[in-house]
Amino acid sequence: MLDFDWSIIAQSLPLLQKGILVTLKITITSIILGMVLGTLLAVARISIYAPLRWLAAAYVNCFRSIPLVMVLLWFYLIVPQFLTKFLNLSPLTDIRLVSAMVAFTAFEAAYYSEIIRAGMNSVSRGQNYAALALGMTKSQTLIYVILPQAFRVMTPLLLTQGVILFQDTALVYIIGLADFFRTATNIGKTTGYEIEMVLFAGAGYFVVCFCASLAVTVVKKRLKL
Amino acid sequence: MQANWNWGIFFEQAPFGNVTYLNWLIDGFLTTAALFVCAWIVAFIVGSFFGILRTLPNRTLRTVGATYVAIFRNIPLIVQFFIWYLAAPDLLPRDVSVWFKSELNPNAQFFILSTCALGLFTGARVCEQVRSGILALSRGQRYAGLALGLTLPQTYVHVLLPNAYRIIIPPLTSEMLNMVKNTAVASTIGLVELTSQANRLLEFSGFAYESFIAVTLAYVFLNFIVMRAMRVLEKKMRLPSTGMGGKNA
Repeated sequence: MLDFDWSIIAQSLPLLQKGILVTLKITITSIILGMVLGTLLAVARISIYAPLRWLAAAYVNCFRSIPLVMVLLWFYLIVPQFLTKFLNLSPLTDIRLVSAMVAFTAFEAAYYSEIIRAGMNSVSRGQNYAALALGMTKSQTLIYVILPQAFRVMTPLLLTQGVILFQDTALVYIIGLADFFRTATNIGKTTGYEIEMVLFAGAGYFVVCFCASLAVTVVKKRLKL
Repeated sequence: MQANWNWGIFFEQAPFGNVTYLNWLIDGFLTTAALFVCAWIVAFIVGSFFGILRTLPNRTLRTVGATYVAIFRNIPLIVQFFIWYLAAPDLLPRDVSVWFKSELNPNAQFFILSTCALGLFTGARVCEQVRSGILALSRGQRYAGLALGLTLPQTYVHVLLPNAYRIIIPPLTSEMLNMVKNTAVASTIGLVELTSQANRLLEFSGFAYESFIAVTLAYVFLNFIVMRAMRVLEKKMRLPSTGMGGKNA
């Protein structure tokens, strides 16, 4: 049966803090960049240029049909040389952190773009016509009329997606990047307190995600959606 | 990028076992598909059970359902896999635990643990869908069933559930597709499925691009089969003239 010894956690807090920092770095970078790229993709999908539409659709469908684990492995095992050249990184940079950030950004952009696209579709077409009739250009219509309303409607979903992304970052385990979860399991393995550390990690994620979901509910009420 | 492709690699002899690399790929695919089917059955049963609990008049039962969802939705899948892997065998009765750990072959152990982990994780999502499906039905259906003299369980079985399941076929399909993708996480506890095979192929054959493209396409293929199958199911299940069960033809 299980006997627990929790004293290990107090000792390993400094290391765990570093791990938490890595988790947060990945989460925040890919939420911001993913949303920017996702917005561009969503806009590309209603473009008047057909090839642009197809390209965006292909990108989204491609990333949505591949497991995140495979995406991470792709970016980590196969493209690091390419990435180093492309992003002009010094050979000393931790390629795992960069490839994880790029992988998550590319992956989440596909999901964000679908959410934003749905948001744009929910804005009634009359708004579009009205803005154009007022003499706005197409891009002005998009930026000042359509997108602000789309984002308002989509805020809860975008936040929920952020929580999902936060949970998914634990998958960087497979490329050996020392985020919160990987650090916890590493400490567990070396000290022999694996179960305690994994349960602690689970509890940590639970607290953050549970609070975040409650916050999303509050935001939803505030926005009167 | 590599300049020269070599797709012939899949027909070459693998380093051990009298098989080709293609057999590895097929093995991985079948394991992934089997894990998907088993875990989906678990998810569907558990999810339906808790989803129904969340719509019952009894407050305690509703709380039980909500607690299940809160726990399994707010812990990352990979952490859940590890918890099952590390803790579950020790929670079994002593004899069963010894048998499980020493007699059963490792891949079977991993398969069972993965089925539980993935099944209960997805079950929480299925639960939410079932709940929203039942709540989407007009309240009159429940009242009508009860007024006709059906008991509450009868109302669920004969009136509410058949309609609710029809409504939620599309979201359930997308949960299924998510699950196909989530099976890849099982490789982290050691189950030899598609993703593990991708790593093995890379390690032994050295043809990174070919191995990864093949495995990626295998996932896309499995997704495609599921999508087709669900579309057929949706059509078969559609009730004439009610508009239930997705778009009307």
